[in-house]
Amino acid sequence: MILERIDEQLPGALLDRHDFRGDVTAVVAKDRYLETVDLAFKEGFQQLMDLTAVDWPERDLDGRLVRFDVVLHLLNLATQARLRLKVRLAEHEALPSITGRFHSADWAEREVFDLFGISFDGHPNLSRLLTWEDFPGHALRKDFPLDGGDPFCMADSTAPYTH
Amino acid sequence: MAEMDLNDAVMTTRLDAVVNWARKNSLWPMPFGTACCAIEFMSVMASKYDLSRFGAEAMRFSPRQSDMMLVLGTVTNKMAPVLRTIYAQMAEPKWVISVGVCASSGGMYRTYATLQGIDRVVPVDVYVPGCPPRPESMIYGVMKLQEKIEKESLSMRKDHIRRFYESMDRQRGIERDKGLTEQQAVREMVLDAADHNLATIY
Amino acid sequence: MATLDSIAISRQQLDGDKMIVNFGPSHPTTHGTLHIVMELEGEIITKATPQIGYLHRGVEKLGENLTYNQFVPLTDRLNYCSSIMNNVGYALAVEKLLGIQDPPRSRVIRVLVSELARVADHIICLGINAVDLGAFTAFLYLFRQRETVYDLFEMSAGQRLHTSFTRVGGLFRDLPEGFYPLCERFLVECPEAIDELEKLLTKNPIWHDRTKGVGAMSAADAVSWGYTGPCLRACGLGHDLRVAQPYLDYDQYDFDIPVGTTGDVFDRYLVRVEEMRQCLRIIRQALDKLKELGPGPVIVDDYKIALPPKEKVYTRMESLIHHFKLIMHGMEMPVGEVYSATEAANGELGYYIVSDGGKNPYRIHVRPPCLPIFNSFDSKVRGRLIADAVSELGAMNVIAGELDR
Repeated sequence: MILERIDEQLPGALLDRHDFRGDVTAVVAKDRYLETVDLAFKEGFQQLMDLTAVDWPERDLDGRLVRFDVVLHLLNLATQARLRLKVRLAEHEALPSITGRFHSADWAEREVFDLFGISFDGHPNLSRLLTWEDFPGHALRKDFPLDGGDPFCMADSTAPYTH
Repeated sequence: MAEMDLNDAVMTTRLDAVVNWARKNSLWPMPFGTACCAIEFMSVMASKYDLSRFGAEAMRFSPRQSDMMLVLGTVTNKMAPVLRTIYAQMAEPKWVISVGVCASSGGMYRTYATLQGIDRVVPVDVYVPGCPPRPESMIYGVMKLQEKIEKESLSMRKDHIRRFYESMDRQRGIERDKGLTEQQAVREMVLDAADHNLATIY
Repeated sequence: MATLDSIAISRQQLDGDKMIVNFGPSHPTTHGTLHIVMELEGEIITKATPQIGYLHRGVEKLGENLTYNQFVPLTDRLNYCSSIMNNVGYALAVEKLLGIQDPPRSRVIRVLVSELARVADHIICLGINAVDLGAFTAFLYLFRQRETVYDLFEMSAGQRLHTSFTRVGGLFRDLPEGFYPLCERFLVECPEAIDELEKLLTKNPIWHDRTKGVGAMSAADAVSWGYTGPCLRACGLGHDLRVAQPYLDYDQYDFDIPVGTTGDVFDRYLVRVEEMRQCLRIIRQALDKLKELGPGPVIVDDYKIALPPKEKVYTRMESLIHHFKLIMHGMEMPVGEVYSATEAANGELGYYIVSDGGKNPYRIHVRPPCLPIFNSFDSKVRGRLIADAVSELGAMNVIAGELDR
């Protein structure tokens, strides 16, 4: 299976793994990210379905605040196997861009930059995608309010079940 | 002889009545379709619920050639200045029907990205609620607009349109002075109006 | 826009022959809010930069503040031409997270309404593509069928367009009696309408001139760009999630996957027309299966997930308590993350849900099929005429609701 192949060829690249509900998932070390993605590509995972991020604002790992999880979903069209790769990033860290390998990473990385503020080195045009150019802040971070400061939204009245 | 023939062919009326009759029966829509309500609008223009019965067949997607702007779907903060520009480009007489709850009040999207009702940035004449409104509701909205037009008078001042153009000038001023994009300028005007307890920016 | 130059070309490069034209965001091709900044040399496009986000409503962030069932109406409005498919995809994702499966009758009904929605979506895509190129009649003929689909949806879910038909664990109610005769009538009328459409367009020399050769792409490029759905199948790769990774018992239905060759607009048109015919085959088989299965529950029996029926809520104490807990405290979700994908009308619609055990999802991300497809717009129309950009945009079937969320 793909995780065994990655372990053989790149020992120590995978920090954690699980397959909750059958989704093969692996957490990749940040400095081994590009080579792991390259190996997955050579093993047949040639379609990048999605690249997104999750914000855990208070996650503490070994004394460091590692807030973001960048999540990739890859598909192997020959075997119909799926793979999820995750990379943990702290707030001002950047990841290398994989647009050279997968064209579909272009807008996916721009969307993550727009909504989370994570930069991707080497991206041909890293600008905001969904919000406008001088939008104040990064919308999907947990500390950004749902209404963005607009009192007409009355966000409190429509989300009575927030924690 | 000539006078007796003419009696049937001549009608006397007020200027207002005949102009309003002509205007209301030839409303050329400009569909500003953004989201799902535009799909229901396609149904309205198709053969089952036909809007061309009301004189609105000529769908001119150009603001310069239309009377009635139908805002169909969610208008986000990114789209708001585009809406204002299109409205500014329309020639008078012009009316706006806000179709659907997203255009009328922001709908279910109480978020940072959605404009909570287009009436905050452009003057609106008729609101058609629904998500999406049934085609019959949209037709009813157009009929209500026709009733409104019937009651207009040629000498009536269109104050809201004048104030709208003034707000466009203010918006350009903010863009120039603070070096903002038009979206951020409109956003700041909207939040500013909310701070001063005003519902609209014009 | 204030900084048009920064996204197009720099001032030095702007020589006298090049013109920058805004195609959108308010434009006649009724595609909603798509904005393309085109650099033109005469009529030839030298660069086309799409700008999206004009319908970004903040759905993903809103989802973090709503319970799992409350998110269903938001999924309707993603791909608003075929709302039920989004509902089904989302329900499958949450059911995968919970580790449950909906009852057999619900599975068959989900397949039935999904295929109806797929027919409706292709009707819009082809109708609007034809209208953009001037062929208005096709749109009018096809929309008559879409009205029948609307009647079917209204009968079953109460709403024409945004049905919110599924709940976590099944459907909110069974199909009414009047559904079956109308569906049988639809299965007779729709093939005739598709035949009329083919008579109008398939051998039409004007249609051939406007669509053949426009936007061709190799299968390898399409895979790299992240294509899925009819656009990928038109490029020659027969990848369909219903066959490759079956869900909802799709492996028990008998249908074919149309595959094109060049990937141009004409191929995509043919693929979509043939897919509509295959959908009708599946609907026929689903109707027969429903008759075979007979009456049964359409939602899981577990009252920690699905609301108990009203008669029980009013007469039994435990049902009342289950109802109360479900509404006030939400479902009990495991901690974990899932990605679940279905074959929507445009391609692979994926939902990535991260749960921290609370009543609201911690993060919910929608993978829209048309985001990677629209991403490749520049490479497809560079060097071609503006008129080709119009046909290409129509054939990509970019729905701004799911593109921007």
